[in-house]
Amino acid sequence: MALRTASRRLQSYLLLASLLFLLASPAAAQDWFRTGTGLGVEKPRVAVAESAPRSPSSQPLAQIFTDVLRADLEYAGTIEVVSKSMNPLQSPSVPAELKHAEWNAPPAAAHLLAFGNLSASGNDLVIEAWLSDVRNAQAQPVLGKRYRGEVTDAQIRRFAHQFADEIVSRLSGGMPGVAGTQIAFVSTRTGTKEIWAMDYDGSNQRPLTSLRTISLTPRWSPDGTRIAFTCYGPAGGVTSAQICLYSMETAKPMAFMRYKGTNSSPAWSPDGSKLMFMSSMHGDPELFMIDVTGGNLRRITYSAGVDTSPAWNPKTGQQIAFVSDRGGLPNLYLMNADGSSVEKLELPDMGYVIDPAWAPNGQLLAFSWRRPNGNYDLYVMDTATRQIVELTRDAGRNERPSWAPDGRHIVFESTRTGTRQIWTMLADGTQARQLTFEGHNESPNWSPH
Amino acid sequence: MRSRSKYALLCLMVLMLFAGACRKEVVAPPPATPPPAPPAPARPTVTLQASQTFIQRGDGVTLSWSSTNATELTLAPEVGRVSPEGSTRVTPADSMTYTITAAGPGGTADMSVRITVAAPPPPPPPPAPKATIEELFRTNVLDAFFDYDKFDIRPDGRDALARTAEFLRAHPQIRVVIEGHCDERGSTEYNLGLGERRAQTVRQFLISLGVSADRMDTVSLGKERPFCTQSSEDCWQQNRRGHFVMAR
Repeated sequence: MALRTASRRLQSYLLLASLLFLLASPAAAQDWFRTGTGLGVEKPRVAVAESAPRSPSSQPLAQIFTDVLRADLEYAGTIEVVSKSMNPLQSPSVPAELKHAEWNAPPAAAHLLAFGNLSASGNDLVIEAWLSDVRNAQAQPVLGKRYRGEVTDAQIRRFAHQFADEIVSRLSGGMPGVAGTQIAFVSTRTGTKEIWAMDYDGSNQRPLTSLRTISLTPRWSPDGTRIAFTCYGPAGGVTSAQICLYSMETAKPMAFMRYKGTNSSPAWSPDGSKLMFMSSMHGDPELFMIDVTGGNLRRITYSAGVDTSPAWNPKTGQQIAFVSDRGGLPNLYLMNADGSSVEKLELPDMGYVIDPAWAPNGQLLAFSWRRPNGNYDLYVMDTATRQIVELTRDAGRNERPSWAPDGRHIVFESTRTGTRQIWTMLADGTQARQLTFEGHNESPNWSPH
Repeated sequence: MRSRSKYALLCLMVLMLFAGACRKEVVAPPPATPPPAPPAPARPTVTLQASQTFIQRGDGVTLSWSSTNATELTLAPEVGRVSPEGSTRVTPADSMTYTITAAGPGGTADMSVRITVAAPPPPPPPPAPKATIEELFRTNVLDAFFDYDKFDIRPDGRDALARTAEFLRAHPQIRVVIEGHCDERGSTEYNLGLGERRAQTVRQFLISLGVSADRMDTVSLGKERPFCTQSSEDCWQQNRRGHFVMAR
């Protein structure tokens, strides 16, 4: 048994190594890898100077800006951030004060420096921030930004996220960062399961719905203006699972079609015009497609058993990954969006396979897999080559992966601390961070940009 | 070997011959022609009539009869021997068939009349305790439990649902919602589908036992409303079920 586990482990590591090699080779280079975890590429080394308060009273505010910016860059996955303890003692507040050599020399040994200043007078906040190449004393700053707004912690965080995304985008060839994105999720903190949202780093957690029933499976529309989810509401005199929509613009639930039976797990088409969802309106739980305007209902799957958890390929818009128990245990299948060409995604071992989630590149598919006698762990499959990589191991149940729009981060739920909480990690399984701590939290979904 | 079987065959044939001869001896000779009969006495006849054949309980009815060639008439039940022609009044408590039998030298004859007695309107029911129907529902409507990741009805589920069906058939005014539940080990999304299938299987089973389909709705609660929250097989078993909720 131990030998078998060891050999399976070895097999996984070999798979990991081969996939990393595959992804690193130029022929197979995808944007996920090229701008992704930076394997085989030297990451730019960026120092973050303490943001200079223009008055002593704004010191705590300047500290927020510095801390948020640093955390964002550290978590970007494409940047090596210089440890704070290696920073020179003096932080420049404007480009004229910058001593390039001091930051470029060891121990900081930075390539680039982010720095700036913050002033708050009355309710007027002004932040100036720059990114400079400290290897070249003559060069103009790579970036210079001025932010103006209300004096609130939330506003300072927002500006820090914006500046971090500017830096990430500049250093990764125009691929935007995700510091300004949101994560929708389900939380029990108010006593019933409601839809919540938070910033990508776990700050600003807030409930969106207060339906006081059971709300599940939030999914952002591709333009980020709406969230489709599973709610419980009356249909034909009986309260059952239904598809609900929530408008981020009006901060209110929107009306949507209701059907008899269980209706759940809505997924958006990449153009935002259609939803695919599970429904038992005809008896057996099958996948149906409907226009977001409520018309043109079509049945997509025909098989005895449960078909659910559709995931629409965001790149092609033509391919659906979904879960079906037509072969016994729930497993992953691919089909065309019209229901044709159904194909099982064979894995090298039996088990219970759920939660398909496409990466933005439309090639990598993350999912959760409980192998025989095992726990739920997250994997990524390259659907072109069918190679798989294990992302989690020996750390509770790990389910519901959802990709960040940069294709470099994955948010998921894990029971590794004893309770079910939301975590993020880099798409190679490293740098796991816990975002929620209170109550029971599940089913995260990462917003678009 | 061969000679022994020949011998056996011979014995058998002899036996059959003998048996055949025996049967012939038993056959009765054709019956002798009867002697010419003396003139037979006339057969008796009898008629019985009721003034009404449908009465309310407590009402009486008049039975009247007449007969010919009878020496003895008996009206049963209850009345007994009667004259060759007459009438009597009876008050049967329940539906009753009266038969008059006439006997004479020429034989017997009979005739029957059925009196149907309608039950009076039932007395007002005794005041029932208020929670009765809910209590009866709780004790007679039994949930069906399932195996892990399965939605087929187990033998214990058949027994439970047979009892449930009996109660529902006896109480046609009750509507039910069948909730499908799953244990925590499966995934949230898949369990919504699995729970629905469990609820539908229970519904189909009850339909097959004669419970009308339009009295039963199904919903799935997946693993969202567990009956028990520990991570043990006992608890998981409690949570894998088709559960009945009364919906009036």
